[in-house]
Amino acid sequence: MANKAYQRVYTHLEGITKATVSLRAKGVSNDELAVVAGKLAQVVRTKGDMVTLQIFSGTEGIPTDAEVTFLGEPPVLKVSDQLSGRFFNAYGHPIDGGPEIDGEERQIGGPSVNPYKRRQPSQLIPTGIAGIDLNNTLVSGQKIPFFADPDQPYNQVMADVALRADVDKIILGGMGLSNDDYLFFRNSFEAAGALDKIICFINTTENPPVERLLVPDMALTAAEYFAVDKNEKVLVLLTDMTLYADALSIVSNRMDQIPSKDSMPGSLYSDLAKIYEKAVQLPSGGSITIIAVTTLNDGDITHAIPDNTGYITEGQLFLRADTDTGKVIIDPFRSLSRLKQLVQNKKTREDHSQVMNASVRLYADAQNAKTKLENGFDLSDYDIRCLDYAKDYARELLAIDVNITIEEMLNTAWKLFAKYFTPAETGIKQAFVDKYWKN
Amino acid sequence: MKTTGIVTGIVSNLVTVLVDGPVAENEICYIDLAGVKMMAEVIKVNGKYASVQVFESTRGLRNGDKVEFEGRMLEVTLGPGLLSSVYDGLQNDLTTMTSVFLKRGEYTDPLNHETLWDFTPIAKPGDKVIAADWLGEVKEGWLPHKIMVPFSFQGEFTVKSIVPEGQYNIDKVIAVLTNADGEDVDVTMTQKWPVKVAIKGYKEKPRPNRIMETGVRVIDTLNPIAEGGTGFIPGPFGCGKTVLQHAIAKQGDADVIVMAACGERANEVVEIFTEFPELIDPHTGRHLMERTTIICNTSNMPVAAREASVYTAMTLCEYYRAMGLKCLLLADSTSRWAQALREMSNRMEELPGADAFPVDLSAIISNFYSRAGMVVLNNGQTGAVTFIGTVSPAGGNLKEPVTESTKKAARCFYALEQGRADQKRYPAVSPLDSYSKYLEYPEISDYLDKTVEPGWVEKVKTAKNIIRRGKEANEQINILGDDGVPMSYHVNFWKSELVDFIILQQDGFDPVDSLCPMDRQRYMLDLVLDICAKDFEFGDFEQCRTWFKDLINVLKQMNYSEFKSESFFKYYETVNEMIA
Repeated sequence: MANKAYQRVYTHLEGITKATVSLRAKGVSNDELAVVAGKLAQVVRTKGDMVTLQIFSGTEGIPTDAEVTFLGEPPVLKVSDQLSGRFFNAYGHPIDGGPEIDGEERQIGGPSVNPYKRRQPSQLIPTGIAGIDLNNTLVSGQKIPFFADPDQPYNQVMADVALRADVDKIILGGMGLSNDDYLFFRNSFEAAGALDKIICFINTTENPPVERLLVPDMALTAAEYFAVDKNEKVLVLLTDMTLYADALSIVSNRMDQIPSKDSMPGSLYSDLAKIYEKAVQLPSGGSITIIAVTTLNDGDITHAIPDNTGYITEGQLFLRADTDTGKVIIDPFRSLSRLKQLVQNKKTREDHSQVMNASVRLYADAQNAKTKLENGFDLSDYDIRCLDYAKDYARELLAIDVNITIEEMLNTAWKLFAKYFTPAETGIKQAFVDKYWKN
Repeated sequence: MKTTGIVTGIVSNLVTVLVDGPVAENEICYIDLAGVKMMAEVIKVNGKYASVQVFESTRGLRNGDKVEFEGRMLEVTLGPGLLSSVYDGLQNDLTTMTSVFLKRGEYTDPLNHETLWDFTPIAKPGDKVIAADWLGEVKEGWLPHKIMVPFSFQGEFTVKSIVPEGQYNIDKVIAVLTNADGEDVDVTMTQKWPVKVAIKGYKEKPRPNRIMETGVRVIDTLNPIAEGGTGFIPGPFGCGKTVLQHAIAKQGDADVIVMAACGERANEVVEIFTEFPELIDPHTGRHLMERTTIICNTSNMPVAAREASVYTAMTLCEYYRAMGLKCLLLADSTSRWAQALREMSNRMEELPGADAFPVDLSAIISNFYSRAGMVVLNNGQTGAVTFIGTVSPAGGNLKEPVTESTKKAARCFYALEQGRADQKRYPAVSPLDSYSKYLEYPEISDYLDKTVEPGWVEKVKTAKNIIRRGKEANEQINILGDDGVPMSYHVNFWKSELVDFIILQQDGFDPVDSLCPMDRQRYMLDLVLDICAKDFEFGDFEQCRTWFKDLINVLKQMNYSEFKSESFFKYYETVNEMIA
């Protein structure tokens, strides 16, 4: 940050907490940036002359006589086509050894799109994963998180989805990413030869937690540039939003705010909504789709973070390990894509929704049979067929390592139906049975 | 002289202002941020300092910035042209804004000043009138939109003059009234009203005495809501709250529907914009959008305006109620509204109540619900505001402050069950936990006797009992196994499944099944109860299960067929053969 003429410098801090400092200063504007002892900070509260600053990289080592310079504007990102293929830190500075970006400065965390100017999302995003495409079809302009326990391979799945999706730009916002995962993303993007359409904003576990708060806004400001200015289809990946929310709670705690549920700040819903609602289908054809990761604590979706997320996003994709097949599957019961009906049978084959419902219903029957088995009751012939079907269904369709077209997914499902059931047991409309039943 | 002030403190959208004169609680002020005027509302005064909540982002605001107080509360403009509009929480017209992004300080006019309306006078010169009396009428679409004596007028007035039938815009003085002191006052087609104050101007507010049809069986048959009644729908995410509300909006028997999207997903509002203009109102045959106004404050729009949005929506409903119309207000979701209250309370560093909500949450909620109701107007006609809100309880746990407070205020409770949603039994309204207090009202019971059939409430209770017995039987079967219980348990369970599949469940996406008029609901409930009243003998439980499954399938086909059509009766015959 170059020195500017109007900069005001102060050298006396009156209070220091782990995440904030306060001092007396005049003419300070809300949300503006400052540098405190060389560390970037942002104004979060003013009361008379008393200004509270949130220090992104933590206050360790900041003395009371630290030099404080106010920069006069909120965080900005320079946007231009040069962003493509680059890796940045949370402040938007390159970390790939390349040059700084030339471009127009845009304030991050800008205003929302007028809801009346939006269009209804209607473009299918194929991923090759049947647990998504068949059961929880994604649509451009959608926002959807993976709900996964920390031991699930969510970052791998997300990288697969990103690389297979037919989009113009992929923007990765990494928050509290382990260095290994960061390198994993970098290598898979490189190996796929997709680097030119990738932009990454990375905060790793080695970086201070409060810095993470900048990452989603940075990623989405870049996304808005490409979607609004360039009419491109942009896919934004945010991982891990749970760590983002944790950073929010750290700051609100240091500001002595009263916590609400699960010691999260009372504004958690609005804070998360501001990020997720950037997903949009624009009338000009550009779109922003957000796929995020919310890690769970032992599958607990009632915790404030997944709970608030669920009320904001358009569904969720639930990863779990299937003990019968030893594979990680996309749980067909707890996963949901709220926008799937906008493309199913319209952009896909006519039998899509019927096949999806029938296959999930039969899988549910298998779960009932399993409960019966565990409780020591006798299994009927139907129960046994359901259990066998469930294994094939999990292996050939639900598993995350599946990569086939939607047409192939539908054909696979029909093959399994014919293998284990009669047409009547599937409950599918007769017209479709006549056309697609595999003898 | 307007009171002015300067900014002295900022935390997010809570701004402290040092004022130089009198300010009122809830007074509106404008903060000048480098030429952009941002609207804000006074929520607390302490000495010379007023705490105001800003309806916009406060980014870039500085201590020392100037503030001007307006001497009025947050108001809406009322007049012809409100229907089919799309407003934000502060009644800015979202359709006339030009840029893709919402701009700070951009306020647009809620009503069109150019449109000419066909005006017909009702009052005559010399008539004595008071606030809310009808002076004339314009046709807003097909609705008779009454032009009234402004609600704020106090005392009796004499009509001095009124314009003849003709086409006028909303700013035209259509009448001149003379007050008791002999002063003349001009009246146009529009008036303003502060949203946080209930519009009175009616003679009395009797107990609701008729039901409002929604076309949704699990509501109309099992737990009907009264016209002018209140209800709420709590449920975890993914249980179909919004889908159910949209279904009610599409089919509800009301003249005017106001939908408040309060802190919810923008794409859901887009769905309304996209679908409603295409859909037809089953009661009038007109486009749904013609009777609908949308108040849209999605989750990413400023939080203070979210709080205002539900009040704005309620005020519009009360305005149409004063014209003798039936209005339905749907708010999705009141939890987001309560969270907006929590955020402000938190920033003001008030001592928190349960879950950090403000301690007066319960009072605020019941005060809001009390604005609904049926009223008898001064001229003896009636109007009604029916209110249904959704609640999004954290973690789906109904033991949380918003659900509990709402339960005290609302008379109908439609609990959405995760289990039913998982089994795709939609609408996922729990048949046993849900209730309608209106079923206990003698006047509602009389009304149902007269309009549906005698003894209807008893039948509803019978249906609920069948479900309850079936649930108990099912629990026993699960514990003891299929062979471990007497056959009657299986029969009871399957009778409850029959009620569940045929009465409770409804295919919201099927053109026929999605709308079920009361006449049809009566027919189907009678049929199902007749079947359930019979005794059946089965050789084994497998036979019982198969027989009932087949029966359910045939009855379902009846639900999918046009009422009393050839195919409807064909399936009916099959049912009769099966139960003979």
